[in-house]
Amino acid sequence: MPVEIDIAHVARLARLDLSEDELEGYKNQLGLILEHAARVQSLDAEPQVENAHPLGLFNIFRDDVVLPSLDRDEVMASAPETADGYFVVPPVMEGE
Amino acid sequence: MSPVPGVAEAGRRLRDGDTTAVRLLEGALERAGRYEAQIHAFLTIDREWALETAGRADADLADGIDRGPLHGIPIALKDNMCTRGIETTAASQILAGYRPPYDATVVARLGEGGAVVVGKTNLDEFAMGSSTENSAYGPTYNPWDTTRVAGGSSGGSAAAVAIGSAVAALGSDTGGSIRQPASLCGVVGMKPTYGTVSRYGLIAFASSLDQIGPLTRTVEDSALTLEAIWGHDPLDGTSFSGRYPDPKSGLNRGVAGLRVGVVKELAGDGYEPAVESAIGEMVSKLESAGVEIVEVSLPSFEIALSAYYLIAPAECSANLARFDGIRYGHRGQGATTEALMARSRAEGFGPEVTRRILLGTYALSAGYYDAFYGQAQRVRAAIQEDFARAYQQVDVLVSPTSPTVAFEAGARTADPLAMYLSDICTIPSNLAGHPAMSLPVGLDDQGLPVGFQVMAPPLGEEVMYQVAAEVERLAGFDLSPGLQEVAS
Repeated sequence: MPVEIDIAHVARLARLDLSEDELEGYKNQLGLILEHAARVQSLDAEPQVENAHPLGLFNIFRDDVVLPSLDRDEVMASAPETADGYFVVPPVMEGE
Repeated sequence: MSPVPGVAEAGRRLRDGDTTAVRLLEGALERAGRYEAQIHAFLTIDREWALETAGRADADLADGIDRGPLHGIPIALKDNMCTRGIETTAASQILAGYRPPYDATVVARLGEGGAVVVGKTNLDEFAMGSSTENSAYGPTYNPWDTTRVAGGSSGGSAAAVAIGSAVAALGSDTGGSIRQPASLCGVVGMKPTYGTVSRYGLIAFASSLDQIGPLTRTVEDSALTLEAIWGHDPLDGTSFSGRYPDPKSGLNRGVAGLRVGVVKELAGDGYEPAVESAIGEMVSKLESAGVEIVEVSLPSFEIALSAYYLIAPAECSANLARFDGIRYGHRGQGATTEALMARSRAEGFGPEVTRRILLGTYALSAGYYDAFYGQAQRVRAAIQEDFARAYQQVDVLVSPTSPTVAFEAGARTADPLAMYLSDICTIPSNLAGHPAMSLPVGLDDQGLPVGFQVMAPPLGEEVMYQVAAEVERLAGFDLSPGLQEVAS
């Protein structure tokens, strides 16, 4: 079954700024992989498994205790650009 | 005696006063120094940190403080586990220079156990691959033949253990990433039951599949290392808090009376004859040792690979959304925040990671979700049902770990699907969340190791190690030839 892929749309959803050539290459590879992956559609049984966790864990909550947080300076030290304890980014909205 | 001791052997020498933690570490570093140019198992070796830890381990022992089986043992860590203040890259450009502000739970546990971290090992970028050729920092090569791959994605950890530049190592296994490189490098690699080893601080690839586990020289070492790292962790919501198995208890029990299932679907087309004959020979030996051999069929295994290459990329596309060039990691240029994110990601991720993010995004996108992701989840359930049926008849299942021995470097890099087929035997255990391990049973006629896989039901580590210990005895596999080969 040939698979339809709007690769530019997928790259946009994934926030990947790829060139036309790169998009074309990935589109072809995804087509081949998805043709193989489409074999999952050959399963016609409706299996009954109640829980995805093999040990049946479900809705796990931790105790509401205050623990020390990560050190702010240590965390901020990894950021490409900071000012006064904030992360610096370019404008979020496009403007004139 | 092997020139490189295992965990148990090194521990005995240490406590007998025949060696020290510093000397064990120096031995590992010396071997790293000798072989790294050919093998490239490590991304980072922090000598100062390692020597300091080893010195402390020696001082503790001198004071009568014994932290257990890993005390003073040099261990390598796959570079997707966070180490506070020590560069952790997941072999990606997007994390070049990243120094985590915290330790992964397994790293903390190794520390409490007195282990000495030799260094951080190479991997396929974000653990996505089966050859360690997808590393942004260059491939790892196989110690048995340096023109061949070490397997992946934990190829650096497997090669380091095989060459003796670490006594044991930790890897992570999402679709076979511990077992397949262990198989290709002739060492023991084990993926525990999902939920038994904390994933806190493991850089996430596919959260419902990822598990950390040990790579070691012997089955006993594997059990000792596993016991040091597993156990409930409140920082991982999927962590199991019930009663854990005792993996060491069956090591010397033998296998008489056990039922072993040979998986019909994991043989035939695509399997190298040398692999099939080595596996067949071991199955016969097990039968002679008193095991009842049963051929079992798990039909859903035929489509397990297809399901995996939808589920794993889907989860990866969500997990890797956090890498955006804002809070840490590589930052590209962009006039707006969104443009900056898209550029940072395009520049920072390598081709395989990009491919999987696109694949996963597609499989989850509107209009395709049911046909791909939803259906893959049904296949996952069918695999769990098939396993459950099989375990009504047998105690463990066995198969090859990989359809082939180590392949030539570069042979599969241009064909993603051919690379994906490397994991055909290992993927079902990840999809079901079950434990499984690989151990070497022999060499093919080119002198390359063949791995034997033992699979068990959830929390079935005890019987799995029981069978693996017998397989190890029956195989009498000697790691040393590989070491001599590289030395010459």
